[in-house]
Amino acid sequence: MTIASEGPGPDAVYREALQAGRFTVQRCRDCGRASFPPRVFCRHCGAAALEWIAASGDGVVYATSVVRNRPDKGGDHNVSLVDIAEGARLLTRVDGVAPTAVPIGAKVKARIVTGDVPHVVFDLVEG
Amino acid sequence: MTANDLRGGSAVVGVGLAGCGEAPGRTAMELIGEASWKAVTDAGLRMTDIDAVFGVSAVHGMPSVTISEYLGIRPVFSDGSMIGGSSNVAHLLMATMAIRAGLCRTALVCYGSNQKSASGRLVSSAAEFNPYEQPYKPRFPMNAYALAASRHMHQYGTTRRHLAEVAVAARAWANLNPEAYMHGPMTIDDVLNARMVCDPFGLLDCCLVTDGGGALVVVARERARDFPRKPVYFLGGAMAHWHRSIMQMPDLTVTAASESGPRAFAMAGMTPRDIDVLELYDAFTINTILFLEDLGFCPKGEGGRFVEGGRIAPGGSLPVNTNGGGLSCVHPGMYGTFILVEAVRQLRGEAGDRQAKKAETAIVHGNGGVLSSQVTAILGTEATL
Repeated sequence: MTIASEGPGPDAVYREALQAGRFTVQRCRDCGRASFPPRVFCRHCGAAALEWIAASGDGVVYATSVVRNRPDKGGDHNVSLVDIAEGARLLTRVDGVAPTAVPIGAKVKARIVTGDVPHVVFDLVEG
Repeated sequence: MTANDLRGGSAVVGVGLAGCGEAPGRTAMELIGEASWKAVTDAGLRMTDIDAVFGVSAVHGMPSVTISEYLGIRPVFSDGSMIGGSSNVAHLLMATMAIRAGLCRTALVCYGSNQKSASGRLVSSAAEFNPYEQPYKPRFPMNAYALAASRHMHQYGTTRRHLAEVAVAARAWANLNPEAYMHGPMTIDDVLNARMVCDPFGLLDCCLVTDGGGALVVVARERARDFPRKPVYFLGGAMAHWHRSIMQMPDLTVTAASESGPRAFAMAGMTPRDIDVLELYDAFTINTILFLEDLGFCPKGEGGRFVEGGRIAPGGSLPVNTNGGGLSCVHPGMYGTFILVEAVRQLRGEAGDRQAKKAETAIVHGNGGVLSSQVTAILGTEATL
């Protein structure tokens, strides 16, 4: 394989898919590892062999924090790192529970927030 | 020239600080200028003797060029590499390389910022825009360190009380340092009860935002004894970085200090047991714990328990962050300069009430970005050459 030099780059392709309601990540055909954020070749092995796969949406909370804000400035919100099943790690937010009550190691499921800047957040999976 | 030729290859013969704490009405360049003038004067030199400039700034795009112009220097070599708060520690390594290669003779390493007076907010390279982070409104750089702390607590049983030990030790050192910005008693409970700002960090887990400038003069070992002050020799140095964005950090409990540290020790021909004084970049309380582990002063995961009982405070067995640290002494955005200056003062025996009993060797560990760039330097007195 080689790097496709024409057309929209991986960043634009990712955003277009997300806007259309599809959460995708890149996986390397050579080493099998996922890369995120999107890029033009594999950050793990250097091969120009990245392909897009649909993310299952399954994830596990790796680390978590709470940004504290006064209520008039939007109140407290969660910022977490989530490891997705495909093998990448995302900076994100875990919803469906108080921002202070996100357990590390908990299972979470991806949800796309659409709007001006579509992005992926996660909800705590019950049980 | 090989890496081993750098051991003992250079010496710091002058240091200077300016405006540490608050310097209202001063520009960043004026603080760089004052600190540089003091460092050059400390070395018994004139500014015109400087022929190489290694400097950074949060507000200048070509820092070593702007700084050289301001100082009236036409350098034969300069470098303004920006790798965050560790930059000046890396510059000491680069200055040593340039001197050994014969590219320059008398190098100035410097930094300054007026960010407290100018804005009151931490001006940080860690705050650059990233479209994969910004939608979640992270509070960088603090947020990244908070995530690392959360993971360390989960994985190793580190507690907020352990983190608080770091802040309390730093304040106790600051209380012995008349130049520290913060003075006064601080207890573990004070830290635990402080307003939460980014869990698991409360306000007192976070570094100060101050003004301040710092500078060092570096020359070849062969010239080191020609200056008025006791020379402090460069014995080892190394840098490593594995990520820029916190989501790309492979393991949030292991920093690239675990690579820069052993390489610096190898160059110095030393181990952690040989180190008398530690100056570790403490932008947040978790930093000190991570770096004690990654540099080999305690096993991975044990850093929290290691700092219990005042071990790194004055009177403890290991003198760490003897100026009061970024937590209680000074933190003008990038702090690497100030740990270098403190290590030099300790090794000269000029540290007053906070002087470590034995100070023949020191480790200086700089951190930049969000636990991103890691730079270790090992310094020593003439007896360690």
